[in-house]
Amino acid sequence: MQPTIKRIIFFVALVVFWQVGVSVSGVSPSVMPAPTDVLEALVKGFSDKTLIYDILASFRRLFIGLSISIVLGLGLGILLAKNKTADETLGTLILALQSVPSIVWLPIAIMWFGLNESSVIFIVILGATLVMTINMRIGIKNVPPLYIRAAQTMGSGGVGLFTSVIFPASIPYAVTGARLGWAFAWRALMAGEILSTGPGLGYTLKYASDFGNMSMVIAIMIIIGVIGTVVDIVFFQRVEQNVIRRWGLETTN
Amino acid sequence: MFLHIDDVNKEFGNQSATNTVLSNINLEIQEGEFVSILGPSGCGKSTLLSIVAGLTKPSSGEVFLNGEKITKPGRDRGMVFQQAALFPWMTVEENVMFALRKEMKKKEAREVAHQYLKMVQLSNYTKHSPHELSGGMQQRVSIARALSMNPKVLLMDEPFGALDEQTRSRLHLELEKIWIETRKTILFVTHSIRESIKLSDRIIVMGTRPGVVLEDIHVKIPRPRENHTQMVAKLEEKIMSLLQSEIDKVVKEELAYAANN
Repeated sequence: MQPTIKRIIFFVALVVFWQVGVSVSGVSPSVMPAPTDVLEALVKGFSDKTLIYDILASFRRLFIGLSISIVLGLGLGILLAKNKTADETLGTLILALQSVPSIVWLPIAIMWFGLNESSVIFIVILGATLVMTINMRIGIKNVPPLYIRAAQTMGSGGVGLFTSVIFPASIPYAVTGARLGWAFAWRALMAGEILSTGPGLGYTLKYASDFGNMSMVIAIMIIIGVIGTVVDIVFFQRVEQNVIRRWGLETTN
Repeated sequence: MFLHIDDVNKEFGNQSATNTVLSNINLEIQEGEFVSILGPSGCGKSTLLSIVAGLTKPSSGEVFLNGEKITKPGRDRGMVFQQAALFPWMTVEENVMFALRKEMKKKEAREVAHQYLKMVQLSNYTKHSPHELSGGMQQRVSIARALSMNPKVLLMDEPFGALDEQTRSRLHLELEKIWIETRKTILFVTHSIRESIKLSDRIIVMGTRPGVVLEDIHVKIPRPRENHTQMVAKLEEKIMSLLQSEIDKVVKEELAYAANN
């Protein structure tokens, strides 16, 4: 059986189980809404365009935050890979920060930037920059020395050697860094929006929750999950696969 | 003289111990010569080649090419490594063009690249990615890349060591043909006695620990050498007996090391 068919059967079964479970047990929709209630909330949200505005607003922040992260991460990664002192000092700090969830920065971010979009973008940047930096650093460090020696015998050196050989050779790691950065940024964005201000998916979720509208809460959870998965599969995994093939890093076939 | 290696010494080491890899190497190589550097593993032959390439600095001594002292890598010395060292993100053609990118316009570079890819019989693979090629084909691209710079010397560091027997034989013929065509000076590092006899005018036999020149043999067997198996066998025997004591020395040292650890 094809994976797609298996998946469809699985998800249909899951929804049916959920629907039947809710109707048989008779729990209140304010505790556990049925799929039909969630669908209704989704239809309502999309037809009055609130969800569309939320998605666009969230994506805008994500795009700004992730773009800044990728640029910062590239720069920092290169710095750490090239400068031993920076690696031994700043590198340790970055590793330490990586173990702190970026959302815990929100209170201080609100003090610095106010209860607004900037704070949320700051959280997104923190979430994605570190993982991008760490990947980029490994990418540069793992460039085969043979490439560098070969390029040197062809008269390459200095900045030219970096831009034409070392950087391109580290692209597969940069792409993986960006993909992980996206995943971290997306989580950080939702957390930031729930705890701060809107418009945005997270904010609308919080708003719906304050009014006991669990159908909307679940509807938004589903949107968050679907967007996260679709962007990963449609964009990042595809780019990563292409790079892996082009760079000849495939291990199978 | 053309390539002059003058009293080169190389030591690797730290505070506790220094290891002499090359000791008082003196060599003079004429233009157009095909010279093999032959020796057991650990004799420093690759290090010597790396010094000529300018990738490694000697501890003392100097190397001159056409009277100019070698201090860093340069385009007058093309290098072929044991691994093809092609850049995977570029096509075959772009890999060869990389060696030419500063010297000429793109269009011209492409023409030159095609000319050398034709020489190694890879005209039909210009747009392929390196990983789509077999090991032997990759190594041919790498030879084309080194030759395209029109270097004064071609340095080859066990270029066929990682290939299977059939591919290696074919590439021997191809390299011999290219050498006859271009008359490039070639410095060819190998540990295979047969390979060195098959290809070179001159064989520098090196001994190990420390790396020294044991003997400088001029090969007078006419080409193609497949037709003179008896003479080849005789020379092979001679070199074998020369190297035997060296190989014994390595084995003995390794056994002693194993016994002490």
